[in-house]
Amino acid sequence: MDIQTLTILMVGASFAVYIAIAIWARAGSTKEFYVAGGGVHPVANGMATAADWMSAASFISMAGIISFIGYDGSVYLMGWTGGYVVLALCIAPYLRKFGKFTVPDFIGDRYYSQVARRVAVVCAIFVSFTYIAGQMRGVGVVFSRFLEVEIWMGVVIGMCVVFFYAVLGGMKGITYTQVAQFCVLICAYTVPAVFISIMMTGNPIPQLGFGDTEIGSSVYLLDKLDGLSRELGFTEYTTGSKSTVDIFFITAALMVGTAGLPHVIVRFFTVPKVRDARKSAGWALLFIALLYTAAPAVSTFARVNMINTINGEESAGTAYADAPSWIKNWEKTGLISWDDKNQDGKMFYSGDERNEMKVDRDIIVMANPEIADLPAWVIALVAAGGIAAALSTSAGLLLVISTSISHDLLKRDLAPNISDKQELFYARLAAATAILFAGYLGVNPPGFVAQVVAFAFGLAAASFFPAIILGIFTKKMNSEGAIAGMVSGVLFTSAYIIYFKFVNPAGNVPDNWWFGISPEGIGTLGMILNFVVAIVVSKFTPETPDSIQELVESIRFPQGSGAAQDH
Amino acid sequence: MAFESGEKAKAYWSENIRIMLTLLSVWFIASFGCGILFVDELNTIRMGGFKLGFWFAQQGSIYVFVALIFIYVWLMNRLDKKYGVSED
Repeated sequence: MDIQTLTILMVGASFAVYIAIAIWARAGSTKEFYVAGGGVHPVANGMATAADWMSAASFISMAGIISFIGYDGSVYLMGWTGGYVVLALCIAPYLRKFGKFTVPDFIGDRYYSQVARRVAVVCAIFVSFTYIAGQMRGVGVVFSRFLEVEIWMGVVIGMCVVFFYAVLGGMKGITYTQVAQFCVLICAYTVPAVFISIMMTGNPIPQLGFGDTEIGSSVYLLDKLDGLSRELGFTEYTTGSKSTVDIFFITAALMVGTAGLPHVIVRFFTVPKVRDARKSAGWALLFIALLYTAAPAVSTFARVNMINTINGEESAGTAYADAPSWIKNWEKTGLISWDDKNQDGKMFYSGDERNEMKVDRDIIVMANPEIADLPAWVIALVAAGGIAAALSTSAGLLLVISTSISHDLLKRDLAPNISDKQELFYARLAAATAILFAGYLGVNPPGFVAQVVAFAFGLAAASFFPAIILGIFTKKMNSEGAIAGMVSGVLFTSAYIIYFKFVNPAGNVPDNWWFGISPEGIGTLGMILNFVVAIVVSKFTPETPDSIQELVESIRFPQGSGAAQDH
Repeated sequence: MAFESGEKAKAYWSENIRIMLTLLSVWFIASFGCGILFVDELNTIRMGGFKLGFWFAQQGSIYVFVALIFIYVWLMNRLDKKYGVSED
């Protein structure tokens, strides 16, 4: 069977499973729709959280980025996992005890203010849309590359599948399909990594393999890569080029942003008890770590492999006529190209003026099985995995958008008298509208999708995170302080990012940055600003009401949590 | 109030905070410390094919994170039992 038939079979089979699960797990009430009835087992919830978290970016792009920037790429590895520690220790158990449905719910109730609720709703919707456009695009790209349909066709197919199980099943349907999607995506990531690790180092565990020696040589793989990087004029792989300050701030922004993202937090409302929320965060991170510890190994293998194939073992260049088939396959997509500058008919890849190749970072994971000559079914599996990663994240985000509108905006704010059934109807309507909108963005991506990712994390870090932390750990924080903090954090962070990404992109260089902090890391400074403003303002404004102080008291211990409450 | 007295509630909360801060300092040292601030110093030490600082940034910190959450779960369950505020 050829690759295309295999891919259709593999992707089709995975879709059939997702849809079957959706039919089995239909949501009948708002509680099932929003938080799966609050009865999901912590291990299952951990898998669902992991699938929710690991997006097309984690699956398709991350290893590629690390492959190109080496040590500097560690910001993503530490940032996107370390946030879970903060989440588990400082946020998840308390919000679970609080026992409502959404993050704006907590902000609105804790700060006894509809203004605070609305600020939170706007941030939640903005952050989620930013993210989802990229996911839909990911679905489209995978479809178009492996099934050879147009990108828009791929996006439409992806939209139909997500529509089916997110609108029908709500959080309940999404949670159980995400469990299945996790299994697909983790197999799709691990299988090729293990194969390649064995081929290159003889070590079946990729996490250890990339610290091993290459078969038939006594030089460690990473040392060889550092040597090659120096020779070819790249930055040394294991040291990188970003400043320590910038690495520090970007990592912190990604960590804190992770802990403040609404679609991640809401997952901890779905488990039965506070202790399950704690445990569930642990399982989630364990499942995420399976992919995140394999990613740097994949990056290293791919880098060595790629340089060797293009430049040849002697570093003299490989004749284009003898180029392996993957180079020619991917040339068609425009993601890799060769320009024979010195007219010698040989390809050469380097970081200086000798370079003749243009290689897109995104092909590393997707082309990896071909580069390593793995069997066709592995390539099909990777396609199914990429789609699973994009779909599971989209579904989780869609739910946040629909809940924000039907629950936070309508039920808790504008139209408090609607019935459970009406609310459910609006939730489905909002989810359906959001899918159409996301699909549109997927087909016609605004040029700034990549740029706004920094925005999503920066905003989450500078808005939600301080408000949530102060809401749990201080009783004195009042609504004036929290709102002033959120607004100043958001304004500062967006102004900095908008200036460097849109107003003056040419000036986006370390010399112009404040304290050497790039726009990617500025959310950390915004977060600090939020904390300071909130604390100062709260000192000069009326004290928190007693009922709120009691509420804070009551979320600090687990007993009496019960299931998530209806209103 | 689920606690026997106000003092018990205070004691529970301060033990909770102590556990949290202890674990968070490990979290900070493993990632920001070993992986970022002291990465160059640690890179002079080797562990097989890995430079230690690089290993912390791309592998070690993640293993530490996972372990921290499970240790936290265990410590907190014990604390909840001690003060009689666990859920079962």
